[in-house]
Amino acid sequence: MSETLTLTYNYKVVKQFSIMTVVWGIVGMLVGVIIAAQLFFPDLTYGIEYLTFGRLRPLHTNAVVFAFGGSALMATSLYVVQRTCQAPLISNALAAFVFWGWQLVIVLAAVSLPMGITGGKEYAELEWPIDILIAVVWIAYAILFFGTIMKRKSAHIYVANWFYGAFIITVAVLHIVNSAAIPVTLTKSYSAYGGAIDAMVQWWYGHNAVGFFLTAGFLGMMYYFIPKQAERPVYSYRLSIVHFWALIATYMWAGPHHLQYTALPDWAQSLGMVFSLILLAPSWGGMINGIMTLSGAWHKLRTDPILKFLIVSLSFYGMSTFEGPMMAIKTVNALSHYTDWTIGHVHSGALGWVAFVTIGAMYYLIPKLYGRKEMFSVDLINVHFWVSTIGVVLYIAAMWIAGVMQGLMWRAVNADGTLTYSFIESVTTTYPFYAIRLVGGILFLSGMFFMAYNTYKTIQAGPDNAANQ
Amino acid sequence: MSEFWSWWIILITVVNVLGCWALLYWTRRVKGSVGENETTGHVYDGIEEYNNPLPKWWLNMFNICLVFSVAYLILYPGLGNFAGVLGWSQTNQHTEEVTEAKKTYAPLFEKYALIPLQQLSKMKQATEMGKRIFVNTCFGCHGSDARGNPGYPDLTDNDWLYGGSPTNIESSIINGRNGVMPAFEAALNAEQLDNVVQYVGQLSGNKVDIAKATDGKMVFEQHCFACHGNDGKGNIALGAPNLTDSNWLYGGSSTIIAKTIREGRMGAMPAHLDILGKERAHLVAAYVYSLSNRQ
Repeated sequence: MSETLTLTYNYKVVKQFSIMTVVWGIVGMLVGVIIAAQLFFPDLTYGIEYLTFGRLRPLHTNAVVFAFGGSALMATSLYVVQRTCQAPLISNALAAFVFWGWQLVIVLAAVSLPMGITGGKEYAELEWPIDILIAVVWIAYAILFFGTIMKRKSAHIYVANWFYGAFIITVAVLHIVNSAAIPVTLTKSYSAYGGAIDAMVQWWYGHNAVGFFLTAGFLGMMYYFIPKQAERPVYSYRLSIVHFWALIATYMWAGPHHLQYTALPDWAQSLGMVFSLILLAPSWGGMINGIMTLSGAWHKLRTDPILKFLIVSLSFYGMSTFEGPMMAIKTVNALSHYTDWTIGHVHSGALGWVAFVTIGAMYYLIPKLYGRKEMFSVDLINVHFWVSTIGVVLYIAAMWIAGVMQGLMWRAVNADGTLTYSFIESVTTTYPFYAIRLVGGILFLSGMFFMAYNTYKTIQAGPDNAANQ
Repeated sequence: MSEFWSWWIILITVVNVLGCWALLYWTRRVKGSVGENETTGHVYDGIEEYNNPLPKWWLNMFNICLVFSVAYLILYPGLGNFAGVLGWSQTNQHTEEVTEAKKTYAPLFEKYALIPLQQLSKMKQATEMGKRIFVNTCFGCHGSDARGNPGYPDLTDNDWLYGGSPTNIESSIINGRNGVMPAFEAALNAEQLDNVVQYVGQLSGNKVDIAKATDGKMVFEQHCFACHGNDGKGNIALGAPNLTDSNWLYGGSSTIIAKTIREGRMGAMPAHLDILGKERAHLVAAYVYSLSNRQ
């Protein structure tokens, strides 16, 4: 590869977003640990309104999804699009605007949410002025990404870019439609929709945020970093075509499964359920394509902790995309809905899939960006891997048991027709599992500190000769 | 839903399901298809692609999911206004389950409904049923142990705002209660307020400023006697609390007493006839009665 070509790529914005991925990962997960601790020690922050569970919980979700996940997606997409298109970003100024704009959004979220300023829509709590800023930054990001694609050297577009592209377009549509609101003051607005329609728009947004932000975007990441790290060709081009189109077409329908047995009309609930079931196949298509890429190089899993992160992320992806369709079935949903099972499911996706694939990708990317062959300490990556794996297993196992137990206790009926348990009994029974979850969360967070240290030492060490050959 | 939207939903659903099949069919013979361990020839930043066939088991799974979905949409509502062959709806399911439950449990509830409350409160099975209804209905305000919360009475002692007879308790549950303590901020000046607070404290045996309390007695006799009585023992017809005992609904410190007098209080026990129905309210009343009438 010619030296001059490498030099023209904009790595500055990739570096910025990569470092912020680690920083926001720590912040978002720390807030998660705090609210997990609040569930075990209810008086932990008693009397401090800014630190109540109700205000910190949206801060946690926004920080991990949009700050940690968003920075990771922007870092990797802007890296991958340049490398695979052999074209530098169309504008360095626009890239800087996207970075600083996105950081501003995150800081505004971190200030406004603890102050209690909220639109009240899950995963879309930020108030209308911030929503407008998000839309502007997002469109700038789209121009940057697609502009670069248009200037590519090759005739074809690499599969990772299809997924990144679908993620960018869809999130723009979802965000703008769902955030439509009537402002009352600078910090208060009301949704443009009412009643069951508002709920449907919210969950059309909510589930597609999972589908396109947390799935399609990260599949794009997977499609670049797994073949790169494994040094193997992608398993099947046509499988990527099938699962890409089936995935993006089918995800659009899945939202109503969040509203089973509610005021939503029966037909919409059923469509949400059947398309969620169909979704199992395209989801697993991505998992197969990633894992099978490793065939012929399985031995690398024994020694390469980055590949461990990447491949285990796909295992969790496969597991949660099996669990999701099952939970969308009305009869299963009647048991699982409103319980901690949902929390377990979300975290098997968010920690096991999203965070693992991100961590793996960052360990590949960071040394490349700073001119080093590998991270400062590969052993520390291994430690990070095991600490995170134990953490996520403790977390989701605790929530599964707690959730199924809650569901069964809430519906248990005596022979005389009265409910067997009071609500508080189900809370008492859940209590020990909140401790296990807290331990799992602390382990996962501590892994991020290893990562921060390792990243710091890698950057501090400066470029080495090995990487420049 | 209008015909247009119904057909629109049917159309996009069918197109999406058939589209999945078309995709599977089409990729069976992708152009430039190559054998195993040969790549497509594209190279992106060093990444090549094989073009392996779709795994058989995965294709089968995809097809099963699609067939299941088609069958489901024929049997159940989903395709616009088409109600499904089975005629299922969540409303019907709910009605059926409730009807079934009523049929099963009604005889037991009806049997207990005929037994007078005092007698019922001594029957273990009945009070157990009442308790379980209580802990799932009344716990939000009165607590699972029925010991109440500030503003929500303790039901285990023998102090009753609206009377503790079986009839009174049952009426409180079925019809609800609205307790109103008016705000005296406008009627009393600061000194009068302070004095009457001292007097009310004195009534329940708190250590108070005797001189102020003596002046406060006059204020009390002028403003408070109508509901709480001249002796401060309250009135169950109005739900006016007895001020001479040491039970306080909102708290008995001078600060809270002053706040209660200044700003007033609105106590609301919602009517539970529609929530519980007569029979279950009767069982809850028996349980509540049993709490303060243990032998």
